[in-house]
Amino acid sequence: MEVILTLGIGVLTASGVWLLLRPRTFQVIMGLSLLSYAVNLFIFCMGRLAIDVPPVITGDGRVDASQFADPVPQALVLTAIVIGFATTALFLVVILAARGMTGTDHVDGQERDS
Amino acid sequence: MTLALILLLPFIGSICAALMPSNARNAEAWLAGAFTLASAALVILMYPQIKDEGVVRAGVAWIPQLGLDMQLRIDGFAWMFALLITGIGALVVVYARYYLAPADPVPRFFSFLLAFMGAMLGIVLSGNLIQMVVFWELTSFTSFMLIAYWYHRAEARRGAGMALTVTAAGGLCLLAAVLLIGEIVGSYDLDRVLEAGSLIRSHTWYPLILVLVLVGAFTKSAQFPFHFWLPHAMAAPTPVSAYLHSATMVKAGVFLLARLWPALAGTDLWFTLVCGAGLASLLIGAIAALFQRDIKAVLAYSTISHLGLITLLLGMNSPLALVAAVFHMMNHATFKASLFMAAGIVDHETGTRDLHRLRGLGRAMPVTATLAIVATAAMAGVPLLNGFLSKEMFFAETIFAGEEPWLRIGMPAIATLASVFSVAYSLRLGHRTFFGPPSQKLPRTPHDPNRWMLAPSALLVSACILVGILPARTIGPFLDAAARSLLGANVPEYSLAVWHGFTLPLVMSAMALAGGIVLYALLFRLRNGALAPAPLSRPLDGRRSFEVIMVALMRTADRLLNTFSTRRLQPQLALIVFAMVAIAGFTALENTTARDRVSLTPINGAFALLWAIGAACAIGAATQAKYHRLAALIMSGGAGLITCLTFAWFSAPDLALTQISVEVVTLVLMLLGLRWLPKRLEIDDPTRRTPRARVRRARDVVLAVVAGTGLASLAYAIMTRPRGEGIARFFMEHALPDSGGRNVVNVILVDFRGFDTMGEITVVGIVALAVYKILRRFRPAPESMPVPRAQLADAESGGRSDAESSLPRGFMLAPTVLARLLLPVAAVISIFFLVRGHNAPGGGFVGGLVMATAFIVQYMMSGTLWIESRMRIHPQYAIGLGLLSAGGAGCAAWLVSRNYLANITWHGHAPLIGEIHLSSTLVFDLGVYLLVVGATILILVALAHQSLRSHRQQVETSTTRVLAASPGASSSGPA
Repeated sequence: MEVILTLGIGVLTASGVWLLLRPRTFQVIMGLSLLSYAVNLFIFCMGRLAIDVPPVITGDGRVDASQFADPVPQALVLTAIVIGFATTALFLVVILAARGMTGTDHVDGQERDS
Repeated sequence: MTLALILLLPFIGSICAALMPSNARNAEAWLAGAFTLASAALVILMYPQIKDEGVVRAGVAWIPQLGLDMQLRIDGFAWMFALLITGIGALVVVYARYYLAPADPVPRFFSFLLAFMGAMLGIVLSGNLIQMVVFWELTSFTSFMLIAYWYHRAEARRGAGMALTVTAAGGLCLLAAVLLIGEIVGSYDLDRVLEAGSLIRSHTWYPLILVLVLVGAFTKSAQFPFHFWLPHAMAAPTPVSAYLHSATMVKAGVFLLARLWPALAGTDLWFTLVCGAGLASLLIGAIAALFQRDIKAVLAYSTISHLGLITLLLGMNSPLALVAAVFHMMNHATFKASLFMAAGIVDHETGTRDLHRLRGLGRAMPVTATLAIVATAAMAGVPLLNGFLSKEMFFAETIFAGEEPWLRIGMPAIATLASVFSVAYSLRLGHRTFFGPPSQKLPRTPHDPNRWMLAPSALLVSACILVGILPARTIGPFLDAAARSLLGANVPEYSLAVWHGFTLPLVMSAMALAGGIVLYALLFRLRNGALAPAPLSRPLDGRRSFEVIMVALMRTADRLLNTFSTRRLQPQLALIVFAMVAIAGFTALENTTARDRVSLTPINGAFALLWAIGAACAIGAATQAKYHRLAALIMSGGAGLITCLTFAWFSAPDLALTQISVEVVTLVLMLLGLRWLPKRLEIDDPTRRTPRARVRRARDVVLAVVAGTGLASLAYAIMTRPRGEGIARFFMEHALPDSGGRNVVNVILVDFRGFDTMGEITVVGIVALAVYKILRRFRPAPESMPVPRAQLADAESGGRSDAESSLPRGFMLAPTVLARLLLPVAAVISIFFLVRGHNAPGGGFVGGLVMATAFIVQYMMSGTLWIESRMRIHPQYAIGLGLLSAGGAGCAAWLVSRNYLANITWHGHAPLIGEIHLSSTLVFDLGVYLLVVGATILILVALAHQSLRSHRQQVETSTTRVLAASPGASSSGPA
């Protein structure tokens, strides 16, 4: 499973970075979105992969931490997802406004001279 | 406590003053006066305690590990300054009330004046050097605001900018010096630094520290070569000049020198540098003051000269000179503040401050004239006034300044020469303005002002006379306390008396007075008082070098920016990615030690298939995003879905829930956005085939592949190594006992790392408001303006509901009814998620997103108009309420004296319901919930609302058509 997730992260990152470097605003927003999936998964896998052991305590509270999935990366990724939504929204609105004001969807607000 | 209150009162007053209406002149003055007097009264009340204990301290530890504590400390010297600041502050408030015109916005003035007062008190009361520097910079900033008070005047803006640049730069030097001192002493505590004087003086850094401290002090006190900003700062309203440029801010520099005197003084370097600057300022200021036309400019140069005198005394390395310096600080503050006030009165009553136009005001305004003449005499050093006493002490000190012959002769000679000029300019000021035949061509007919405008000046002048006649009875004990706090047991013998017998200093005083009168008489006879520009004014004018330096700095910055920076996004992003890959690659390659491997989880075919789809989606999105945006969006959503399933697969139910709800909301958002992003047509673009473009694409492919491979191998390397002992154990073990929650991820979010979450929801709220604001002024691309086909079809088929009817007709009827039924159900589910979040997967984020989605569905089904005419909940309120709720839950912990955001639980028993378990984290999570609902809805609705644009346009075009058809009507194009 680790191999599959590794490949997945790799493909998501590569696609994201490729789009990030493109000149059109919509490409960049898509790139950021793909890249954030990749990074979220990357942070998530810092806690190693574990199946069917969510960090939800059952019983009287005496717990052996190694028997559960790591909650720390999960908490970090959870906030990252929501912040990601907020920045995507802001970015989207900015590119719409930029498209209206500059008449182009190039990231620099003007077409390349060369 | 009293000490903290003295410092806090002006700041509280400043905030109150800022909130008042702009024409409340009297209320503002009362408020500012009350706060200042209260602070002054507290200062006076401190005196017995200081007399008994010497030093009074108060403080709270802030970051003790770094030596950063809030430390307040008052001793005799600081007390004297505190009284000066609050006392003269109160007088200036009264004066300013009558000085400012009704049209001037008073809240800004009094607010900054009080803030400045607080900052100044902060400097003198600081027991920690870093803290002192902070207040130091704060005075620079507030003085900038005060000098630029009339910001519509160019010279006010320029003067303020110059003062800020010079004094704030000096403040930075001071900060550097303080850090170095802290390194040497091992503490920023003022007492410990003062004790470690010999350690500092013998250290190799001492010259550097000294120069940095002196730059800070000289810039603030307008000492040569940084004196040029003070005359330009005269563009400030006169109350500001009376306060900042005579009594307080410019005194901060010499205050600092006196404060650090025990630690830094006593070396030859100190003597050379401090005496040199003081002597230069003393002479240049006195000479330049004689040749100014503007009364305030005369006073400004005179201030430079008198501060030079104080600096010179401080530089002499003699305890007696230090006492004289402290004495002159007080004396100068009193007579100079009253002179500035008199200058303001003259300006106010006659409309000019030009010494060439003013003549013979004595008859028209006798009271002002009397006060001003007494203050001028004090400035000139006439006996029986306070200026005479400190000046005589100064003369006495110059005689014993050094052993070398050139010092023995030169120092007293220069001192006398400067005093000759000082007498001459004082004489000119008093004589030109108030004597001789009354001038006729004044803008206004002069007369004495309101008695409240005179009172502050009168009080200060009577202080000059009292101290001048009875020095030992009036200022004596306070000066003694101040000297004792600076010098400890080494306070020298000195006598405060008007008459010491026929001594050399007395002869020097007499020579200065006589010489000054002769000099003025000669100049008056020669040029009839109309004086040409001061000699040596051009080569010594620091303003020119200041401007040259500023221009050079700007040019260099521009050139550097042009060389090393670009405004284009793509190279920047490429560089960022490249740097990231390079740095991560290096560090990873360095740490390739083989460790024990862990057994991998067995491969599941379904999971492999999932990621095959996911990878295809990602690559598809990457290739299609340019021309087929919708397809790219769908494929990116597909990748998101796979991500979500991965979270669910590997024991992260909270993440899966959040991801799926965010995915839905993001998709709706993007679809709404795509409506306003005109389609890109897939045309054959020749620039795509140029070699440069090909190279660029090849580079990007390489970069992308390297980045992907890098992150993937990093992930693999980590996943195949065993999990280290992290902080997970702590959270797992403490979640239930400490926070009473079973879902550890949620417990981390709302309790252990609640401050993080608090910051995060604040960001989300701000983003929502920013989106709302941007869209308020949104001008979409013209190509996207026409009404889309689908909307037209809807309108024709009657599928869209209008705002009036409760249900739409046509094909939207069934979905609309279903969607409305869904709303309460979704609300229940979202609250269920919220409440159970602490113990099971769920929580405020997920709940909020579910609720927001239900609202969005209503918009989609019923139409924006229909909803908005019925909406009673405003998302802005939800955002505010959410922040209040989350923040309030955090503050609630203070009630039981625990830290911010600490969890408090309450167990109780209620009839019918049974056991109740309430926790402040639930309130916090409720805040998260409300904020997410509010922010999400606000963002989406702001965007969805844009669709009304096309409706409006439709209506407008049809009206235009009607108008155009009717004769005589001019057609107005659609807005």
